[in-house]
Amino acid sequence: MKSVRRIWNRIVEFVIEKAIFLAGILSIVFVVLIFVFLLKEGLSLFKEYSPLAFLFGTKWYPISHPPSFGIVPLLLGSVVVTLGSIVIAVPLGVGAAIYVGEVAPVWLREILKATVEFLAAIPSIVLGFIGLVTLVPLVKQVFHLQTGLTAISGSIMLAFMAMPTIVSMMEDALRAVPSSYRYGAIALGATRWQTIWRVMLPAASSGMLAAVMLGIGRVIGETMAVMMITGNAAGIPTSLMQPVRTMTATIAAEMGEAVQGSDHYFSLFAIGIVLFIITFAINLTAAFFINRRSKA
Amino acid sequence: MVDETSKDKLVVKDLNVRYGTKEVLRQISFAVRSNEILGIIGPANSGKTSLLRTLNRLNDNDAAFSMSGTVTLDGQDIYKKMAPHTLRRKMGIIFALPTPLPLSIYENIAYGPKLHGTRNKTALNEIIERTLRASFLWDEVKDRLDMPAMKLSGGQQQRLCIARTLAVEPEIILYDEPCSGLDPISTAKVEEAMTLLTKQFTQILVTNNTKQAARVSDRTAFFLTGELVEIDETQRIFTVPCDQRTEDYVSGRFG
Ligand SMILES: Nc1ncnc2c1ncn2[C@@H]1O[C@H](COP(=O)(O)OP(=O)(O)OP(=O)(O)O)[C@@H](O)[C@H]1O
Ligand SMILES: [Mg+2]
Repeated sequence: MKSVRRIWNRIVEFVIEKAIFLAGILSIVFVVLIFVFLLKEGLSLFKEYSPLAFLFGTKWYPISHPPSFGIVPLLLGSVVVTLGSIVIAVPLGVGAAIYVGEVAPVWLREILKATVEFLAAIPSIVLGFIGLVTLVPLVKQVFHLQTGLTAISGSIMLAFMAMPTIVSMMEDALRAVPSSYRYGAIALGATRWQTIWRVMLPAASSGMLAAVMLGIGRVIGETMAVMMITGNAAGIPTSLMQPVRTMTATIAAEMGEAVQGSDHYFSLFAIGIVLFIITFAINLTAAFFINRRSKA
Repeated sequence: MVDETSKDKLVVKDLNVRYGTKEVLRQISFAVRSNEILGIIGPANSGKTSLLRTLNRLNDNDAAFSMSGTVTLDGQDIYKKMAPHTLRRKMGIIFALPTPLPLSIYENIAYGPKLHGTRNKTALNEIIERTLRASFLWDEVKDRLDMPAMKLSGGQQQRLCIARTLAVEPEIILYDEPCSGLDPISTAKVEEAMTLLTKQFTQILVTNNTKQAARVSDRTAFFLTGELVEIDETQRIFTVPCDQRTEDYVSGRFG
């Protein structure tokens, strides 16, 4: 009886161990496969088309004759929308995190945290849709524009999407500051605000930077909402009040009509590679800051 | 004859403190005289830390905390007549575990004066040297003031915290078991500093080490489960206490 049990246990142990191993390996395999596929398709563009013209070309005319695959307008479109959203989301996020983490009474803190996290649960397409019918007309009216489908509309929308990441991570970072710092400062007669500003924020700074980086990562990869409200004109943007077209929106909009195996098709994958590299770099930077925090 | 009460710096009257429904201090009344060191002794859980936190208003943000009674500093009610940061400027506190800020040694001490408006470099340098000397740390760190304070040893960190408190020029200094993590030599240095500081400050020393109270304090108060059993000249507390429980505790026959 006892030995049966022991053998059974050993089998269970073996199966579980192998299953976990397989799951771990598979996730790596999938990532590698995806990346290889992306590279293979994307790099095919450069058999016919110069990489320099792709990276530095200022015209995105994928279906004219001859076609032009310059991604500068798309890259700038993404950068402008992303920077705009970060400029809006960071001050709001820092303020919200300080309020939630340091100032608000406990009961309110819980409500606020739940609300911020709820924001993360709204599907981006829904946010995009709401933005389209509320924000876009508002932007048009406030700035007296011909259309409200502009970079700034996208930035505002994306700021909302980045907020949950930014606020909750920053709040964690503030919470991770040893309370001895707070008491040390308070005991010297620092007011609450002086304590937050001179002690808590500097001590939490690397975690807060990581929060911003992850917020950027979230924003730059966002597609549907951006496509719905930024106007999608592939020109080089000179202000936030213009329609722009991001890299993600380009891929989403054109993938359906590009002929498989054509240069147009490959160029969309090449955009994918650029996007991948940017996002990867951002996450790496965030990881660097998070690491620095856990070591400090 | 000089009026006894005129020398009283800090007066606690009928103080009751609760956390939620738990009573941690009951009907505490005593006075602290100017420039004395008042030792506070008592076993764990007797409410010593709670008392200091109440005196320094560190409980203000604790929703469970409630109190009744009054605490007055130079005749002014600290809960009704003073902003918490004004109070804490007049009444510094040193915690059991050193609490250096994540700054250099120099900046740790300069932090308080800068906060309260001293920006002049020469003035700051003077404050730093004076306070580090007073806390017997100057000789050990004078050549490396730019070093992160976190890199100091525990005993040095504690003395840095004392220097930092002195730099704010408080009137009263509270210590909560300041030597519990220190070796005998560091402890001796802290005690020596305290003794010299009586010229300028009124000090309250909470300690688990009755011998320490016997060594440095002028008067000693014995707390037991939230009650002030007895307060008297240190000498009397350790030789002829009025209460049997005090005698048991100081002679080590307690629990
Ligand atoms: N912030 C708080 N919230 C709830 N209860 C508390 C709080 N601080 C202290 N207490 C309670 O008050 C009682 C007295 O604690 P206190 O820390 O004042 O004792 P102490 O005399 O300092 O003990 P020790 O010698 O161990 O430091 C304890 O029962 C403790 O659980
Ligand atoms: Mg204590």
